[in-house]
Amino acid sequence: MRHPESVPPSPAIRLRGVVKRFGAITAVDGLDLDVPEGTCLGLLGPNGAGKSTTMRMLTAQAIPDEGTLSALGYELPKDSKQARAECGVVPQLDNLDIELTARQNLAVFARLYRVPRGERRAAIERALEVANLGGRADTPVDELSGGMRRRLLIARGLVHRPRLLLLDEPTVGLDPQVRQELWALIDALRAEGTTILMSTHYIEEAERLADTVAIMANGQIVARGRPADLVREHAGAETLEVYGPPQRLAEVREAAQAQGFRTRRTGTAVAILGSENGNGRLPEGVRRAASLEDVFVLLTGEEVA
Amino acid sequence: MRRRLHRLEPAAIAGVMSRDVTNFATFWKATTFSSVIEPTIYLLAFGLGVGTLVSNVQGLDYVQYVGTGMVATSVLFAAALSAMFGTFVKHRFQRTYDAILAAPVDTEELVTAEILWMSARAGIYGCTPLLVSMLFGLDPSPGMLVVPFIGFITALGFAGFGVLMAAVVSKIDSFNYVTTIVITPLFLVSGTFFPIEELPQWAQVVANVNPLYHCVELVRDAVFGFEPVDLAHLAVLIVFALLMWRLAIWRLEKRLID
Repeated sequence: MRHPESVPPSPAIRLRGVVKRFGAITAVDGLDLDVPEGTCLGLLGPNGAGKSTTMRMLTAQAIPDEGTLSALGYELPKDSKQARAECGVVPQLDNLDIELTARQNLAVFARLYRVPRGERRAAIERALEVANLGGRADTPVDELSGGMRRRLLIARGLVHRPRLLLLDEPTVGLDPQVRQELWALIDALRAEGTTILMSTHYIEEAERLADTVAIMANGQIVARGRPADLVREHAGAETLEVYGPPQRLAEVREAAQAQGFRTRRTGTAVAILGSENGNGRLPEGVRRAASLEDVFVLLTGEEVA
Repeated sequence: MRRRLHRLEPAAIAGVMSRDVTNFATFWKATTFSSVIEPTIYLLAFGLGVGTLVSNVQGLDYVQYVGTGMVATSVLFAAALSAMFGTFVKHRFQRTYDAILAAPVDTEELVTAEILWMSARAGIYGCTPLLVSMLFGLDPSPGMLVVPFIGFITALGFAGFGVLMAAVVSKIDSFNYVTTIVITPLFLVSGTFFPIEELPQWAQVVANVNPLYHCVELVRDAVFGFEPVDLAHLAVLIVFALLMWRLAIWRLEKRLID
């Protein structure tokens, strides 16, 4: 489904001025967001930034108070049922039917997603294969490992070959081996041309999988671009990390800020950004390439809300 | 290319019910066991206990009176309790409904499918007291074939009521209030164990607005012979079912859609 170059394709997802309030709390605060067809956009932000609410609005499980949304050209929430039929959703919380087997879970959703009767069996087999669950197809979910359950959750979102996939924190709470396995799976989908909107608070995940990253804080997009561009633009080329006891860290931080450098805490050290312009004025420390994490902390704040 | 999806699509309702059926296959034995054993214990207790004090009620042998009346009790518990607890667990603990609503299924279809499924189940299992009563000497009659349908229509209302309660309460413990204040009185003042004509005037009025009373009357008449008033009983059950269906959709949608 590639569009000719001359016709600008309409984005798979478009949000304009979207506001969502829960009582006194404004979870999403005037959000504008486009996800072009065939790309993977990583929605990166701390917990409570409004990522999940944004995802829920795209399936009409949350209704915006203001603004307009569309998915795959369908206006939301008005035509959301049609949009949902062509969208796959992988939720943050595991909501599989644990007494049922992997295959039975997929069979139910093949029906819910209106896969025609004659194609259901093949669709289920294909989804099992994509998630590499062929050998465990008839195992009750109860007896699957955490990683397998997560893969099954993704397979369930793919059983009807959606054009758009919404992934909400796809690897939260999983160990590194499982996480890499899932990244490979998501990367393969992206290579096939599926449009993906993925929310995450793992920087590495966004860096590896997303064509474009949108950093979200307090219900708004605070920066958007390719990961490398965001790093260059907001954090410079190099970061210097200075280690020491807390009192020393406070001094280093003050001195660096007095010279016009931006700093951030990294827990055990002070990170001085843009240290490539240090010209010998900076203390001894460990030099490293600036990272998306530097950008993330700079833009979303050091304090955990 | 753009197939338009509509309200109350049969495919969506069938899909949600296919999930229920598949799940039921994992626990049908326990359900069947309790739905057969419970009325047996009741009938033994009433037949051997109360039955020695009261030999017949309204011209019926007491065991047959209670046995036919208990169809309504079984339907009430099967429909209302599984709707209350099932809906609450699927909504709050298992988050099943979040997954279903992310698919092209609306709350209206979800609630309709759940009510239809629980009612079909309750309608069928509601007949077990009749079967057990036959062991206690109740004669089979052709009208008994209508009993599952009476059970089904009654269950529509009580399953809807259960979904409504699950959407209203904030904690699962609050169901204690519902069972104590609503369900227990409903089942006691329904003409199952004693005729409501024996009750004070006010209690008779209460019994008449109790849908379960109308189910009890319909089932007894199905077994022992229909009367014109049964159309009125049926009408009450249908109105109750429609009312609860819409209320359940309205309240659960408020819960599920932010």
